[in-house]
Amino acid sequence: MADDILLDLLHSEIVQYVVGNNDNMKDEDLSTLEYIGFSTGYRIIERLTKEMPRFKDELDTMKFICTDFWSAVYKKQIDNLRTNHQGVYVLQDNVFRFLSRLSNGKQYLEVAPRYVTFTCGVIRGSLANLNIQCLVTAEVQSLPSCKFHIQVQRT
Amino acid sequence: MAVCAAIVGKENSPKFFCCVNPDEELNFQYKVLSSLDIIEEKLNPTNKPGTEIKELYLGMLYSLETCKIYGYVTNTKIKFIIVVDSSNLQLRDNEIRSMFSKIHSEYADMVSNPFYTPGEPITSKLFASSIKNIITGTV
Repeated sequence: MADDILLDLLHSEIVQYVVGNNDNMKDEDLSTLEYIGFSTGYRIIERLTKEMPRFKDELDTMKFICTDFWSAVYKKQIDNLRTNHQGVYVLQDNVFRFLSRLSNGKQYLEVAPRYVTFTCGVIRGSLANLNIQCLVTAEVQSLPSCKFHIQVQRT
Repeated sequence: MAVCAAIVGKENSPKFFCCVNPDEELNFQYKVLSSLDIIEEKLNPTNKPGTEIKELYLGMLYSLETCKIYGYVTNTKIKFIIVVDSSNLQLRDNEIRSMFSKIHSEYADMVSNPFYTPGEPITSKLFASSIKNIITGTV
């Protein structure tokens, strides 16, 4: 459907724009992209949690991120959620939407961070609005699968 | 219908206040802010597991001689409070509930507005007038 592709196209344009503004070729600065994601996540979560019952705890919130949130944004669910019950969560998506258009294999592995940074920001922003402060990093070992590591900051 | 609606942020700072009769605003602000303690209590039931409220709607917080105060807390810890005149008997629980869910929709739209920074007090006139319409029941 045409409306599904819109986000993909807009996202790749944003990536192009941010990467194009970088002067330093060696060390890419993707923090702008992460911040755009953060404020997107912060705003969208208010709407997505409108019909949801109150979340019991952190794990409950993560499950929401893996199922409802992921389906709303990426039209599929997270394939695997793992946690050590001490504030570290690993979300694995075997066919991550923004990477699924890239050719599989090693060829584009070094530009993959550009395409996952926005999502890291979205996750961080959503959780921040749900009162969970965290660090989100992504790991891409082989396209198109992607792992997001969420590290909750406890005070 | 309701006489006053308020939105209170994450850290209990007032974000928005709307009163049908502006002369009573100070009086209502006092009542609304004092009801925050009861919301806090309802959200953290001490040593009574299983009594947590799963719904976002908290029901009536307390009633005074002149008014009744209802609360609603979103998943993002934004509090909505509605004050209803005690003499108003025909207003049912369901209507309060639907009022809250309309306010929540308005708020979600407000947060999506790129000119609004989340966490700041809401100054939009359009927002104020739609909230007023919701509490006076003209929509």
